[in-house]
Amino acid sequence: MNQPNTSLAAQSDEIAWATLMRAALGGDQAAYRTLLEALAPVLRGSARRGLTRAGLGSADVEDVVQETLLAIHVKRHTWNSDQPLRPWLNAIARHKLIDAMRRRGRRGEVPIDGLEDFLPDTAPAAETSQGELTRLVSRLEGRQLAIVRAISLDGESISGAAAKFAMSEGAVRVTLHRGLRKLASLYRGDGAP
Amino acid sequence: MSTDKLIAALAVDGTQDAPPMRMLLRATLAGISAAAALFFILLGLRQDFMAAMHTWRFVFKFVVSLALAASAALLVARAADPRSARGPADMVLALAPALLLAAVIVELIAMPQAVWMPRLMGHNARICLMSIPLLSLGPLALLLLALRSSAPASPLRAGALAGLMAGGLGAAFYAAHCPDDSPLFVAVWYGLAITFVTLLGASVGQRLLRW
Repeated sequence: MNQPNTSLAAQSDEIAWATLMRAALGGDQAAYRTLLEALAPVLRGSARRGLTRAGLGSADVEDVVQETLLAIHVKRHTWNSDQPLRPWLNAIARHKLIDAMRRRGRRGEVPIDGLEDFLPDTAPAAETSQGELTRLVSRLEGRQLAIVRAISLDGESISGAAAKFAMSEGAVRVTLHRGLRKLASLYRGDGAP
Repeated sequence: MSTDKLIAALAVDGTQDAPPMRMLLRATLAGISAAAALFFILLGLRQDFMAAMHTWRFVFKFVVSLALAASAALLVARAADPRSARGPADMVLALAPALLLAAVIVELIAMPQAVWMPRLMGHNARICLMSIPLLSLGPLALLLLALRSSAPASPLRAGALAGLMAGGLGAAFYAAHCPDDSPLFVAVWYGLAITFVTLLGASVGQRLLRW
């Protein structure tokens, strides 16, 4: 369990992030995007610290950040909005970091700090590999592959993708959601949705 | 693919599952219905059900199995959370075994030694061993599916707890059919059957509940 956070900066982050997440769960896409963009550098810092401490180098930092963002996304309904957000985020980030270390041949015995211990990492993401996500996206099939690519890489909107692939917007939404869930599960290597 | 592009796709995906508590509640109600249906189709109430309700040994079977199901349910709900960990709340799991131990002691004191073994062996241990896991399968499957949408810190533990809860529910139904009421019988055969369901839950959970 996490200790109560005393840092003022961390407290204001908590309030800001929890507010954004509540809005996001209520359907506010802009708030959600702002939240994820604010979390990315913090996750980058904790992933870099964790991997380095485990002697794994920082080459895979961005892979871990991306996997963690996907986990936050597909599990966001498990956050109880009456509770603080940070301990929940910490738990997700820790779970995914331990997972990533195990897959890279480390046991989970490496001490992993909470997000509150880390300053945002300002090192550019491009310095490290992002190859895992690209590789896993290419393992999606059919419509899922096309929709996920169109919306992420080409910046297509739901309605844009619907027009492009002659699908209803509802069908695009469902396909995108399934594609992202599938993607999150592909990191485990078992491919189960 | 850059993280910015990933975030763009995540932000657009507004689809989300129902909160874990709601899914677990639904799974529990559906699981109880499934077990009830199977119970009435395959087994049914024992002939002297109403008369048996006046004997403490018969009633105790429901008390202990429902105490187990309820205490496991409490921990299943907690295990759905990514922050879940072992904690003082785990002590509730001692409730059902403590009740059972007390009943066993009362039985040993109340009954002469000569009937201990016959009562322990009962009349249909084999049916008990098969029926409890069978009645538990529906609740177990539904609970595991509900947990799958959650984020259990430990998939093995969440699966085992789901098994324990389903085993308790299965045992409560089977108790209404079973003619053996001695706490000695319950401790051995119900205990074995529920242990099996718990191991099954742990084993399936370890694979199914990873995230």
